[in-house]
Formats: sequence, structure tokens, C-alpha cells
Amino acid sequence: MCLSIPAEVTKILPDDMAVVSIDGVKKEISIALVEDLAVGDYVLIHVGCALTRIDPAEAKRTLELLHEFGSRERGLQP
Amino acid sequence: MKYADEFRDKTIAQGLARAIGAEASPQRLYRFMEFCGGHTHAISRYALEDMLPVNVRMVHGPGCPVCVLPASRIDMGIKLADRPEVTLCVYGDLMRVPGAQGQSLLRAKTRGTDIRMIYSTLDAVRIAEQAKDREVVFFAIGFETTTPPTAVTLRLAEKKQLKNFSVFCNHVLTPSAILSILGGADIRNIGRVEIDGFVGPGHVSTIIGTEPYDFVAEEFGKPVVIAGFEPLDMLQAILMLVRQVNEGRYEVENQYSRAVTREGNSRAKKEVSDIFELRDQFEWRGLGLVPYSGLKLKLAYAQFDAEVRFAMHEVRVADNPGCECGAILRGVKKPVDCKLFGTICRPETPMGSCMVSAEGACAAHWTYGRFRDHH
Ligand code: SF4
Repeated sequence: MCLSIPAEVTKILPDDMAVVSIDGVKKEISIALVEDLAVGDYVLIHVGCALTRIDPAEAKRTLELLHEFGSRERGLQP
Repeated sequence: MKYADEFRDKTIAQGLARAIGAEASPQRLYRFMEFCGGHTHAISRYALEDMLPVNVRMVHGPGCPVCVLPASRIDMGIKLADRPEVTLCVYGDLMRVPGAQGQSLLRAKTRGTDIRMIYSTLDAVRIAEQAKDREVVFFAIGFETTTPPTAVTLRLAEKKQLKNFSVFCNHVLTPSAILSILGGADIRNIGRVEIDGFVGPGHVSTIIGTEPYDFVAEEFGKPVVIAGFEPLDMLQAILMLVRQVNEGRYEVENQYSRAVTREGNSRAKKEVSDIFELRDQFEWRGLGLVPYSGLKLKLAYAQFDAEVRFAMHEVRVADNPGCECGAILRGVKKPVDCKLFGTICRPETPMGSCMVSAEGACAAHWTYGRFRDHH
């Protein structure tokens, strides 16, 4: 019920609406809650609305930290 | 799926699990409550508990909006649907939630009432536009994540000047529920669960930010880590909690920084505060009456308020006495502690709300976890 999924904005429509793509599946959603969205942005969508923009720089930072655990693990594996 | 698949890598998960195992002191217990039902679901789905050392335990919390909606509100919805002029729009998850005397919205629909399942809040407005001769009511439920989409819908109905659209508001607030778990009044009856820290809700926090959790750290001395919903997000959050406990720290940390900021989404927050206001109290299944924990429409929006429009009244009803949802939602008991679990209570025939939604502790355990108990 609280599920939100990441989706890419592929087209901005009038009246605060947009088309997003979820792994190629297109969906029309409301973007009334998120300011200044552009095509190519990723958003979290929930019950037909974009909740927030996903910050690519922060995602990268988290992944870099996570990858350290991955490489340490590979180092330990025979 | 971008921003999902990268956070499911198995080797990294093993690396994180190894770090948790190395850093968790065998001398003590670490009991962390994941508040949010989405996290409960992820823990079961990815069998994360199997990756944790035995002294790091996850306690399931009450953060499933379907599970905490009391039977009385379901009954009110059924009554509404029974009115010949009403078309009731509900999220699919709600259909099988038991009301009083084994009633449910699904049964009401089979009886011939006009209940429609919707997946987007905007669907409700579309239905109202198409059926001008019907009274279309949107059965709104959910935490802070779902309230702004309801606000968007209301604004749209206002703009389109729809006279046949209203909202039956059942939105609830996360921080009040956490407060109730940490210090609720009926703890004497149900018992209190010992918790060493919280995995904080990720999607709720995209809206409200991390700031509303400060009291958990400041007043109760418990660490909170806001986490995303992929397995690596959860494991990293658990590691962050272990570190806080080890270092004697209790702070609000943010693992889900790609989607959550300290302030949250100010536009969404403003929409919500323009349209909704606090109720003095609201009943939660499992937690009872929780002060200032629910929202209703402001007087200025009374024309869209189904409770006003249809003079709806709430009649409190007792839950099935055999159902342990109350204790499970508080983290005091586990699904297998309930005598009805898997016997007469299954997802097809739920006796309590925790068995209905995929995010409910009983349903998640039934779907993904029950085979592991036997090993
Ligand atoms: S198994 Fe069913 S009856 Fe028992 S606590 Fe869970 S939902 Fe309630």
C-alpha cells in the first residue's frame, strides 16, 4: 500500500501531469507535488503521484559506500 | 529498474551482513523495530533475518495503513457503500479487511453495492467526472506518504468544480504512532516491547523529512535510521543502528539520502496543512485511541468531507478476540504466536487485518517466512 517505485520522467504534460516510464511501461501521473521536474529526472511514484525527485548524486554516494562492502567481500572469498 | 536493481546486489549484501556480524557485540541483544510495513515486506521477501546474527533481531512495527485501520472505519465504509446513490472508490488492499461480524468491503461488493477498486487517486476524480449522477466517495487511507496524493485529488476536484465528489478521510500520522509504542497508555494490558532502535520509514520521510523523528532520539534515547526499501538499504541501515548502539549514540540518521532530506517535500507539506487538520484522537487497530494521530478535512473543505456530507458516525467495535494483531502491531508477539495463524486465518480468509495487506506481518510471514520456522 505504501509502495513507491522509481520511474523516469519521459514527457511533461499540461496541468501538472507527466508521462513516466517504469522499465519501459508508460504511465500518466500527477507531478503537482514536485517542483521543476524535467524529462530524464527520476521520481518516486505512489498511488498515481510523484512524491519526490531521486537525487542522482546522493544515490551515487550511497552506492560507492556500498561497493566497498562488495569489494571487501570479494577479497575474502577464495 | 534503475535505482532498484543496484541496491539488490548479493555480494554487497553478504559484505554488509559480514560487517554486521563482526561489529555486533555477542555480549548483547540488538532489537530494532522496522516501523514501516514496506520494510516488513522487504525483510520477509529477501529473507534478511537469515543473514543477521542471532543477537540482532527485527521487531515488526505497526506501519501498515491497512493493518491499523480499525473495524469501525471499515463498517462506516460499508454503510456508505450501502447507500444507493454512492459509488465508493477504494484501494484494492482494503477490500478484504475484516469489519465487524465478518463483514468486508469485498462482501459488500458481492452483495451488489457499487464499490470500485482504484490504483491511483486520480482515478476517483475520473470516475466522478464520468458519473455525474452518482455520489462518488474516495475511501482515503494511509500515512504521510499517501496524504499528499489525496490532497492533489481534492484540488483537482475543486478545480473541476465537481459537486459529486467527496473524501472519507482516514489518514494517520507516523510520529504519533511511534510515540504510542514508546509510551502508550494501554501498555499495561498488552505489554511493552524492548526496542534498541528504529529503522525509520523511507517513503513517509520523503514527505515529512527526518526532522519529525528527533523526539525519538532526544526524549527516548533511541537511535533512528531512515532507510530505503531495497535489501542493501535495509542492511546498511541495520549496520548504522548497530554502530550507534555500540557507540552509545542516539541520533536520527538518513540512509535513504537519495530520496529523503531533513526538511522533506515542502510543497507537499503545505498542500496537506492547507487542506487537513488534526483530529483530537483516532482509533488504530492494535494501538487503541491515539491522541492527535489522525487527520480530517478542514471546515473550509466541508463540502468534500464525506463524514459531514453523509452525517457518518463511528461506532467502536471489538476485534476478533482470538486475533493477536494488537500485540503483533506493537511488536510484542510474532505471527506464529497466534493460534489462528495458518489454521483458520490465511490470506484468503483473514481473521485480522495483519493477514490482509502484503505489508502486514502475518501475511508477509505466511507468504515468505512460514517454511523457515520448520527448519
Ligand atoms: S494470524 Fe490472523 S488472527 Fe492471528 S494475529 Fe495474524 S491476522 Fe490476527
